[in-house]
Amino acid sequence: MDPLILSRIQFGANISFHILFPTITIALGWVLLFFKLRYNATSDGAWMRAYFTWVKVFALSFAMGVVTGVTMSFQFGTNWPGYMETVGNVAGPLLAYEILTAFFLEAAFLGIMLFGFRRVSNRIHTLATVLVAGGTTVSAFWIIALNSWMQTPTGFEMRDGVAHAVDWWAIVFNPSMPYRLVHMLLASGLTVSFFIAGLSALRYLQGDRSQSMWKALRTGTFLAAVLIPIQIFAGDQHGLNTLEHQPAKIAAMEANWHTGPNIPLVLFALPDEKAKENRFEITIPDGASLILRHSADGVVPGLDQFEGNHPPVFPVFWGFRIMVGIGLLMLAVSWAATFFLWRRKSLPRPLALLMVPMTVSGWVATLAGWYTTEIGRQPWLVTGVLKTADAVGPVAGSHVALTLAIYLILYAVLLVAFLGVLVHLALKAAKEGDTSPLPGVMNAALSQPAQSER
Amino acid sequence: MTLDWPTLLPLVFAGLMGLSILIYVVLDGFDLGIGILFSLAEDKEQDTMIAAIGPFWDANETWLVLAVGLLLVAFPVAHGIILTALYIPVFLLLVGLILRGVAFDFRAKVPAGRKHRWNRVFFAGSLIASLAQGYMLGVYVLGLDASFAGMAFGALVALCLAAAYAAMGAAWLIYKTEGELQKKAVKWLRSALVFTVVGMAAVSLATPFASPRIFAKWFVLPDMIYLSPLPILSGILFLWLWRQTFHLPKESDRHAIVPFLTLAGIFALGFAGLAWSFYPFVVPDRLTIWQAASAPESLAIILAGTVVVLPVIVFYSFYAYRVFGGKAGDLTYD
Repeated sequence: MDPLILSRIQFGANISFHILFPTITIALGWVLLFFKLRYNATSDGAWMRAYFTWVKVFALSFAMGVVTGVTMSFQFGTNWPGYMETVGNVAGPLLAYEILTAFFLEAAFLGIMLFGFRRVSNRIHTLATVLVAGGTTVSAFWIIALNSWMQTPTGFEMRDGVAHAVDWWAIVFNPSMPYRLVHMLLASGLTVSFFIAGLSALRYLQGDRSQSMWKALRTGTFLAAVLIPIQIFAGDQHGLNTLEHQPAKIAAMEANWHTGPNIPLVLFALPDEKAKENRFEITIPDGASLILRHSADGVVPGLDQFEGNHPPVFPVFWGFRIMVGIGLLMLAVSWAATFFLWRRKSLPRPLALLMVPMTVSGWVATLAGWYTTEIGRQPWLVTGVLKTADAVGPVAGSHVALTLAIYLILYAVLLVAFLGVLVHLALKAAKEGDTSPLPGVMNAALSQPAQSER
Repeated sequence: MTLDWPTLLPLVFAGLMGLSILIYVVLDGFDLGIGILFSLAEDKEQDTMIAAIGPFWDANETWLVLAVGLLLVAFPVAHGIILTALYIPVFLLLVGLILRGVAFDFRAKVPAGRKHRWNRVFFAGSLIASLAQGYMLGVYVLGLDASFAGMAFGALVALCLAAAYAAMGAAWLIYKTEGELQKKAVKWLRSALVFTVVGMAAVSLATPFASPRIFAKWFVLPDMIYLSPLPILSGILFLWLWRQTFHLPKESDRHAIVPFLTLAGIFALGFAGLAWSFYPFVVPDRLTIWQAASAPESLAIILAGTVVVLPVIVFYSFYAYRVFGGKAGDLTYD
């Protein structure tokens, strides 16, 4: 097979598997800090139990994120040497700043956050939690800056076919960057709230009515209920930004083949790229014009404007619809659960049963969204600067195919193991309830624990 | 050579990259080494061994990310050439690092019955990653030679680097543990040292004979005299460490960290020798650091950040090591 398509699948597989874990750690760090601060304020041990349950998930997700992230830093060179050769002057410093300002900070204080509870004072431990959470967010900032620059590049000039940085401010805060950053941070928040709500619902179904279960369940549900409307608004703004800067992507997302006014919103269709039309179409008249131009006769760009230079329509169209569909489901479920938890102080069994599979809803929506925006950038790797086909390395297709197969098997096994451990941890927490022993928290450093202490 | 920014910056970055590779090899060397020694330890000892590296391994691996990152951002052309030439070993290294990293966490969180499985994965991952690094070093030393002889040499260096890491792991255990496990670690250190010497000697001899240019750099007067402390000092340190292994652990466990520091010193000397051999090339005999470097304005902005951030990183890394100083106990989340 063609090394280009294999390299794309391989990088896509790696980055898809990778993004699952930072999506958890970015927001979970802050949720852990919240648990910790609630404990510091109330001295209620249930908060600390919730912390200790979820800090294990954080540790595991962090390790998965690190090892898959290392893979990515090598793959730029093994599979896409043309990328750094062309835009290395811009991408390099952004990646370097991510490593220097975020990776080391996270990694160094993660040890103290995870294992240092009895070795440092409570204040230092809280500080370590802040630094780890901050590190994950800073890391997201830099990598989103780079990704957004690839979508909407500004602040550079081409000399002899190589990009040179001219204005770093314009590079980092390129037109799509603020929207994508907010969208991704909210996506992380929603992913984590549904993980916490879903696994707490599993504990609830197991008969666990402990304080730590209620605290986690409420935190997850309420956080989701608050974040989802903000996310829908932020997503809409991001879409309008894309319309301005990457109209071809919007045309593919809407499967709109012809430029014009009164464009309908396509709810369901099987886009046929050869025939340049949609099959089995279900539409709302004027819908796309209303959403994108806020008027029924607003002119919406169609794929006919970008003949031979637009992304594949089918995956972009469906990626977008899956993301939006899950977003609406999240809205319904989180608001219903909030109603019952707030007003009735209980959770109906069918709703709890629905929340358990919703545990991974954030993952699915995040992946669908990234597929929309990344496939939507094709055929460009860096819009208008470098085509994906021109960046691929001189590696034999058979090598790429072999390594791809092993990566896929490895990732499948690790994914099953990860989810298995999460369920195991939830069931264990359900069994222990509020009976698990809790270490004392003091505002002074415990001296190095003697061996006899254990 | 004129000393202006376009000349100096690639040099500075080559230095930074070399430094982070060396720090990585020393720090993750003991992590990987302990993973290799895992197969020789008993259940209870394995938990202590994990506790001796658990709080650190993440930050240690980050030095590899920095090293590859610097290669990527400062010498993008070289990054492409080296990594496409080493496609399969790089892949094996990554699989090894993935397995090692996740096994760390899984082994502590899965139901008790499945712990053994992840212990084996931890060992296998550490071994694969060490072998892959050694193989890459061997092939790189011979100028990315893809012939059968190059591969055979790569395999030899792979075994020796794995042994050298095992020695580092054993030395770290001498520092972090006590009692039976510490005594075992002393024995492991002695056996592993033999292979480490073979490996370092093989690389030291192969490099000049594989490349006439490197031969000329070492065996001319007066450079030969200036360079002679490198091999001589390494030899003395080796012999001294070898003798020490018959007297360890010392009374009331004094100077338990000395074997580790000695090994780190030997690694640094060997690394300095390699650096001298290859300078000014980043891809042996093909591409110098100036030919492969990014634009000066991009390097300058990275350097500005590095100068500010690197001391902070070193400071809080030391702090983390201090928090978890002393002998390793059980590792718990509370």
